[in-house]
Parts: sequence; C-alpha cells; structure tokens
Amino acid sequence: MSTVMRNGLAADPNPLAIGGRTFESRLIVGTGKYRDARQTVAALRASGAEMVTVAVRRVDLDASKEESLLHHLDPQEFFLLPNTAGCYTEEDAVRYARLGREAGLSDWVKLEVIGDQETLLPDTEALLAATRTLVAEGFTVLPYTNDDLITALKLQDAGAAAVMPLASPIGSGLGLLNPVNIRILKSRLDVPVIVDAGVGTASDACETMEQGVDGILMNTALAAAEDPVLMAHAMRQAVEAGRAAWLAGRMPVREWGVPSSPSTGMLD
Amino acid sequence: MLRIEVNGKDREVSDGHTVAGLLEDLELDGRLVVVELNRQIIRRTEIAEVALRDGDRIEIVHFVGGG
Repeated sequence: MSTVMRNGLAADPNPLAIGGRTFESRLIVGTGKYRDARQTVAALRASGAEMVTVAVRRVDLDASKEESLLHHLDPQEFFLLPNTAGCYTEEDAVRYARLGREAGLSDWVKLEVIGDQETLLPDTEALLAATRTLVAEGFTVLPYTNDDLITALKLQDAGAAAVMPLASPIGSGLGLLNPVNIRILKSRLDVPVIVDAGVGTASDACETMEQGVDGILMNTALAAAEDPVLMAHAMRQAVEAGRAAWLAGRMPVREWGVPSSPSTGMLD
Repeated sequence: MLRIEVNGKDREVSDGHTVAGLLEDLELDGRLVVVELNRQIIRRTEIAEVALRDGDRIEIVHFVGGG
C-alpha cells in the first residue's frame, strides 16, 4: 500500500468510512468532563476530530441559565454523535437514542448499555437487542462493546455500522490491555473497528492504532489531562503516527542484534 | 389549573397550555431541547399544537458534554 506525503505526514490512502460518511481524522473524541465549554471546544479543535460524542440529559430547570452544549458546539464544525451513556437496559438505551436523534441532526448513535457499575463493562446481551431495534428504526449504530470476537460478529450481523471494542474500562486510562483480541476482531470484521475507552496517553493511542484498527474514541484521556488541549494535540499526532506505522508495516522482531551498517569494507 | 410533572417536579399550568407555552414559561429555546410527553417524543413542528392535560409527565432534555 503506497502513501503520498502531505505536509510531512503520510496521508492515509483510505479515509475512515462509516455508515456512508468519510472522515479524514481517525480520532473521535468525547465532550464530557472538561473545565468549561471554552476548554472543550479548544481541545476538540486541537484533536482534529471531525466526529464528537455528546450525551442526552434532563435540562436542569433550577439552574439560573443552563446552556445546551449546542450553544458552544457548531454542528457544522463537528459531526455530533449522541451517546446512550448511563443506560443499563435495552429499553433505556433505545429511549435515549431516540431523544438524541430528535435533538441532533442525524440518525447516528453511540450505543452503550452498561452492565456493571464498578467496571462499566457492557451488557452485551442487551447491547445486541438494542442494536437490532435501532437498526430496524433506521439508526446508524456504533455499539460500545468488549473485546470479544463472538459478540463483535453478532453486532456486525445485527447491522452495526462499526464495532467499538474497549481497550480497557471506561475512564480507567489503563491503555490497551489485550492487543491480541483487538487484532483478532480487526482481522475478522468487515465493518470498521473503533477502539473506544481506556486509552490513557499518547503511547496508548499509538499502540492501539498500530494494531491496524480503524480509529479510536476517547474522552477522559483528554479531559482529565493536566492540559487537555495539549493532550488533544498529542493524541492527534499519536493516532496519525500509529496509523502510518501500521500502513508502513513494521520491521520483524529479532532476539539478537543485526548491524545497520555494512559489515564489509572495514579497515584492516 | 393543570397539575403536571416536568423533569420529575410538580408544576401547575393554566388550562389550554401547550408544550410550546411551557417552554416559553421556562425560557427554553425549542430548537435546542427535545420534549418527551408521557414517553412520546413531541416533534419540534408539533410543540405549538400539543395541548397539555392534567397528570401529564414531561421530560425536557438537551445535549450535554459526554463521551
């Protein structure tokens, strides 16, 4: 696979394509937990992400003047991906997905059905059921799941537009715990594989992209960094570097040293 | 007067009040929120026509930051 050089970076010959849309950036970022709306927007811009996730919540009617995120985020600048975070049942996830569709400008949903409060690991049975329901309603469904191949294949069969396995639990920053499982998923799925959750720092993002996955979704790694805008910049570069390294094809690993300089032509 | 519930809290509104009227009372921009009336989403184009009834349960939601 050949690449062309653009601004010193290897350009990706095949941009990320999900559900009939293409994205130049393989980094998708969340909008939660930043200090304020100004920092949120600055971090999103530094990340280079085109798609950003948002949550659906009650308007706080007691707040003096609560502002919707849409006051700060221009849907022309960022493609909004509503999530179903915080939902523990198929019914709730479908309800939040419908509200998100009505609030937003698309039929896309990042589908989460959480099964356990301590680990935030997904309830894959409910996730599959919700995926089937929402696909039947015309949604473009991007389910957050674990790194299990069988569940991923079932989600693909159910019509998911991409499958989003975790690197490690949501908000943990533990990085990529099982690269083998992620590679297995990527090798067996036809839909894009977006690693969602667990990435903590730039090296995690780079390592994840080096497994050959199609993209990464992250939130806390940016928002909980001491400087979220600088970390967003680092993550952008890490995702690009990891992707380029994957496309380039790494050298073989050897147990022993192999000289880089010629062994001939040495002086007597 | 009609007794309704909005985002989990009791509220009284006058007879004949519509969903659009409620949003106006609450100073909410109908383009930035979504209204669910007794678990049914009210389309933006319909909020001016849907009249509230005694005992209605209303949820008003919007986008907030999230991953």
